[in-house]
Amino acid sequence: MTDATQLLAPASATDAPASASPALDRAAGATSLFRFATAGSVDDGKSTLVGRLLHDSKAILADQFEQVARTSRERGFGQGTGFDFALLTDGLRAEREQGITIDVAYRYFSTGQRSFILADCPGHVQYTRNMVTGATTADAVVVLVDARNGVLEQTRRHLAVVALLRVPHVVVAVNKIDLLGFDEGAFTRVADDVRRVAGELGLADVHVLPVSALDGDNVVDRSSRTPWYDGPSLLELLETLPPLDGLEADAEAFRLPVQLVLRPQGGLAPDLAGDPATAEAYRDYRAAAGRIASGTVRVGDRVQVFPSGIETTVTGVEVAGAPADAAAAPQSVALRLADDVDLARGTLLAEAGTLPEGRREIDADLFQLDARTLAQGARVLVKHGTTTVQAIVAEISSRRDLDALTHEPADALAVNDIGRARLVLSAPLPLEPYALHRAGGSFLVIHPSDGATLAAGTVRS
Amino acid sequence: MTDTLTTTDAAASATPAGIDALDALEAEAIHVIREVVAEFERPVLLFSGGKDSVVVLHLAAKAFRPGKVPFPLLHVDTGHNFPEVLRFRDETAARLGVRLEVARVQDYLDDGRLAERADGTRNPLQTLPLLDAIAAGRHDAVFGGARRDEDKARAKERILSLRDEFGQWDPRNQRPELWSLYNGRHTVGQHVRAFPISNWTELDVWRYIARERIALPPLYFAHEREVYARDGMWLAVSDVSAPRAGETVERRTVRYRTVGDLSCTGAVESEAADLDAIVREVAASTITERGATRADDRLSEAAMEDRKKDGYF
Repeated sequence: MTDATQLLAPASATDAPASASPALDRAAGATSLFRFATAGSVDDGKSTLVGRLLHDSKAILADQFEQVARTSRERGFGQGTGFDFALLTDGLRAEREQGITIDVAYRYFSTGQRSFILADCPGHVQYTRNMVTGATTADAVVVLVDARNGVLEQTRRHLAVVALLRVPHVVVAVNKIDLLGFDEGAFTRVADDVRRVAGELGLADVHVLPVSALDGDNVVDRSSRTPWYDGPSLLELLETLPPLDGLEADAEAFRLPVQLVLRPQGGLAPDLAGDPATAEAYRDYRAAAGRIASGTVRVGDRVQVFPSGIETTVTGVEVAGAPADAAAAPQSVALRLADDVDLARGTLLAEAGTLPEGRREIDADLFQLDARTLAQGARVLVKHGTTTVQAIVAEISSRRDLDALTHEPADALAVNDIGRARLVLSAPLPLEPYALHRAGGSFLVIHPSDGATLAAGTVRS
Repeated sequence: MTDTLTTTDAAASATPAGIDALDALEAEAIHVIREVVAEFERPVLLFSGGKDSVVVLHLAAKAFRPGKVPFPLLHVDTGHNFPEVLRFRDETAARLGVRLEVARVQDYLDDGRLAERADGTRNPLQTLPLLDAIAAGRHDAVFGGARRDEDKARAKERILSLRDEFGQWDPRNQRPELWSLYNGRHTVGQHVRAFPISNWTELDVWRYIARERIALPPLYFAHEREVYARDGMWLAVSDVSAPRAGETVERRTVRYRTVGDLSCTGAVESEAADLDAIVREVAASTITERGATRADDRLSEAAMEDRKKDGYF
């Protein structure tokens, strides 16, 4: 790695010694999983930041590095001596040839504390589609701002999408601070603008920090060139923000959308079927299998079933096939119940007393992702949890102007539009406001014949 | 694998605060596997006996326990596979009581539907038998053990990936994947490829195998073997791979990081003889598994993308 490292742009002025090997730390012990997405406008240095984060956290292996270094040289990047970090993440031939990023790319790295899944979202083509894709599963979104340009239209749009999708944490990295001589005043002006826009959008947890992706300042290690900044580096922040799963497991009521019913009967696993006594014990085995969307469930808990409303008791909890006393979001479980209730795919198990009502209408925010315009009156499918039902887009009332952050009247949504709509459903769904419950408040709008995902939807109230 | 499926210690103590990265990845993979089984008519798992497909099979066994795995296995045999891996493949299918379908590249070469390549590698020849087997079995969903960290093209792959009747991947026109709502709708002739361990890294796979004590073919562990050096890799001496003039055969202690076609899968020098040693070795490695061991992926920067577009995994 030593030779390869020399091809990099000059090392950070902090020159803090890198830890010996985060991967080795990780081999030793358990880490937690943290998902984040990166978003930015054209030329704000996002690919450089991502490359720097991967490189400085030792996630780029020598053969990958040499491949990129060779291509950078061949293309004369930085007068033939530079290293084009964008080549690390641009995985498709068309992307490398055109020097643009077309689609979300996933990258992986880890430190002693956490394993990270990074969804790198391109900013300029289909930006809403890519942002929505990255943001729906993210624990945090890192939005890049060029310190010289400040908050741009696209920054406001990115922040608006992040706010509407209720991403738990927002980090705004004010990049290229090196080009402004690490000037505190310049950073403060941008940071104030960011906080003002964030305030208008109702974003609560926003962290703003000055970075130089090119040189590595405040990316992995804190920089000595920004002595006026006393906050954490980007990686330190990502290592310490609480993940969504923990928030959902702790704060929300138990919900399990049933994927399927496990009823092995004659089809027991061979190691169980071999022993007559064991086989007999599993003769009447029946369990609801699914992934816990929120909350915690314990043996003995009272639960209610949607749509019947019937109440019963949890008699067995199995996590990934093994018995347990309790389980929590986001674990995949099988639950056995005291009564022989209807548990088909599409039913929902909820903590007793918290069962959502079935509703046949959705007051929704729609994020239009398909190139075809969605018009009022369109017949579509809605997928919510483990249920897919027919639906009609009964009314589109407005679309958001993400620049002015206002609503304007509309009766159709074009690609990248975010608008307000009312959908009528062919069967009742256990809908919950997205603001209170992500899984219960999110759905897909699907084309009824070709199956394309047309829009992402969130339940307003 | 069976003994691990009856242990309870791994998950029994799970609490909201105690879910580590492997637990989260396992939960996601089981969710994907159950979604596909619930929404598709005739899923199948592409199973080579390699570590990634072994992990997917292990996850499927856990997802449906106490029932057995509710779909068959499919292997595209290049005719150049390691004999000990084929043995492991057959034993594993038998032990789990799962049906195994085998499509043979050799059959296609014998009757002229495929022609041997000049370089002798058969990996690219797997695509046609694979697509035929998918059509013949009327499989509407095909599980695979591909991971996004393996290759830059795979980094852009969805967890559920739609393919047309030619098996083609259209990377510029993929469905967005939102929350954990997977849209598997497809029309006649189309099928879906499902990648439950998309988000796992090579190290995650090894840590999981070590945690769950999952059985693997013996060649993943350090052993002595007759090998010769080519393109910076150690290739095994076998019926289908022999040294050329100037390449000398040596006896070395090696292991395989990936298991594929004998003629183009290289071994690495290693003393890692057990799972814990392998986890340590992989964690400290400075070269990716494909860079270290797959001649076919070095052909060009877009080798994997081109094969995927043609229907390869």
